[in-house]
Parts: sequence; C-alpha cells; structure tokens
Amino acid sequence: MQAAVIVFPGSNCDRDVAVCLEAATGTPPLMAWHGDATLPDCDLIVLPGGFSYGDYLRCGSMAANSPIMREVVAQAHKGAAVLGICNGFQVLTECGLLPGVLMRNTGLNFVCRDTRLNVRNAQNAFTHQYQQDEEIIIPVAHNEGNYFADEATLASLQDNQQIAFTYGAGDNPNGACLDIAGITDKSGKILGMMPHPERRAEAALGGEDGKRLFTGIVESLA
Amino acid sequence: MKATINITLKSGVLDPQGKAIENALGQLGFSGVNGVRQGKLIEIDLSESDAAKAEASLTDMCEQLLANTVIENYDIQLDKSE
Repeated sequence: MQAAVIVFPGSNCDRDVAVCLEAATGTPPLMAWHGDATLPDCDLIVLPGGFSYGDYLRCGSMAANSPIMREVVAQAHKGAAVLGICNGFQVLTECGLLPGVLMRNTGLNFVCRDTRLNVRNAQNAFTHQYQQDEEIIIPVAHNEGNYFADEATLASLQDNQQIAFTYGAGDNPNGACLDIAGITDKSGKILGMMPHPERRAEAALGGEDGKRLFTGIVESLA
Repeated sequence: MKATINITLKSGVLDPQGKAIENALGQLGFSGVNGVRQGKLIEIDLSESDAAKAEASLTDMCEQLLANTVIENYDIQLDKSE
C-alpha cells in the first residue's frame, strides 16, 4: 500500500508519524511538500501535527488552501483514507472533509500531557483493533483543541457513530463539546483527532496504545 | 479601492479570550463591563474600481478563507471615496 505524509511549513510531527507508518507497512511513506500540485495515488494520506503556516489567520486555514490539499481532497473523495492528527485535524475541518471547528482551549493554556481516551467506535477502518469503549492513554499537545459544532452537527455525529474517541470522564483538556477527541466522516475512512497516537506507539515512548491505530488502518487497506 | 472586513464570533459561541479580557478589565478597576467579544479586522487594498464587483469578490474571499462560517460572521465595509 502507498502511504503519504503531507509536510507543511511548520509541521513538526511529520517524521514521527513516518516512523509509525514505516513500522506498520514495512516501507517508508512518501513525504509530500505542501506546494506540490500533484500527488501520486495513495491509499492513506496523513496530515501531521505541528503549526502549519505559523497558525496564521486560524489554525489550519492556510494549509487547507495550499496546492497539495486540492489533491488530498480529490483523493479522499475517491476513497483514500485520510488521518489528521492535531494540526492535521484542524486542517481537515478547515478544508471541509470533517464537520465542525477546533477553537481555543477554554483554559487559554497550551496543554501538553497524557490524556485518558475512550474508544467510542471500535469498528471503523482506523479503530477496529481496539475494543469498544476501551480506555487508552494518548498524549495531547495543543492550544486549539476545543471541538465545536452546532447542535444539529453534534447530533448527526452521534447518530452516525462518527465520534471515534472521547476524553475520559473528568479528563477533557480543552472544553470540547461532548468531550470529543476524534471524529470520522460517515464512511469512517477520514479520521481527525487532537491526541497524538504517534507519540505513544512504542514502549520506548512510555506505551504502545497509539500503535494499533496505524496497524489497524494498514490492515484495513491491505 | 480599500475594504475593511470585521470578523466576529457568532453569538452563542464561547469566546475564552473575550472572557479573559473581561476579567482583566475588572481587575484593573473598570466596572460596568457587561461583556467582551474579541474578533479580527482585516484591511484589503483592491485594484478593482467597480464597487459591486469588489463586494462580490470580497464575499468570496470571506467564504473561502478569511472567515470560518461555522463559528464566525463577517461584515464588509467598502471605502468608495478613492
């Protein structure tokens, strides 16, 4: 399978996620620069964490309008799986592949710590190697992770099992609606999440809870 | 032609920065501040001289990039004096 990591100016988790993808697929992913207008056909495209374009205007807004994103959106519509982590989640909402928006944390502080997550849908292309409602630990590191959407959108996310991860009870770091940590599109092949699975994907990093996300999506696409 | 675009949070959307400013004003002794909302102001210099075309183009800019209409409203003011 062909995986790609999109590298924006200001991305800083691109190489970490590349390590996870190589561990899961056996081959290094394609690293694609934001200014490229073309992208070879991919099975999986990852938008990594970081501060693309310095978070100018709104987090993810400039990246969402970069040349490569037209290709990413086109391939997503053709069925490619897309994973957006942290800043990548912000880019996915800004470009319209996922609903809602990530707003400033209610505490106004940048939060960098481990969070307890519950897997709310363990049946999509990314999460099927987890157990339903399993509690896992994955770190967050963000200033704008406060997921917001109107009531109708939130209801639709619930009705269609699009909420993949929620923060554990009492562990919501940013004020997100419904404690949302990660959502998918209706197909379950586009996942955006604020926590960083690539930062807890091998024992040397303190735990392996994030690893099954990568092995899971690779197994789905095999 | 010059344009000024005001981008504000929709009512009902929590504005933690506005809240922090409100609290700071209270701590400085300014009483009677009932609410603070923080937004953005963007100034744009356009080569277009037709006001209707300029307004249409600015609306597209707001919809595609300048505002996130999930949470924000925008208001376009055109300065036609030049």
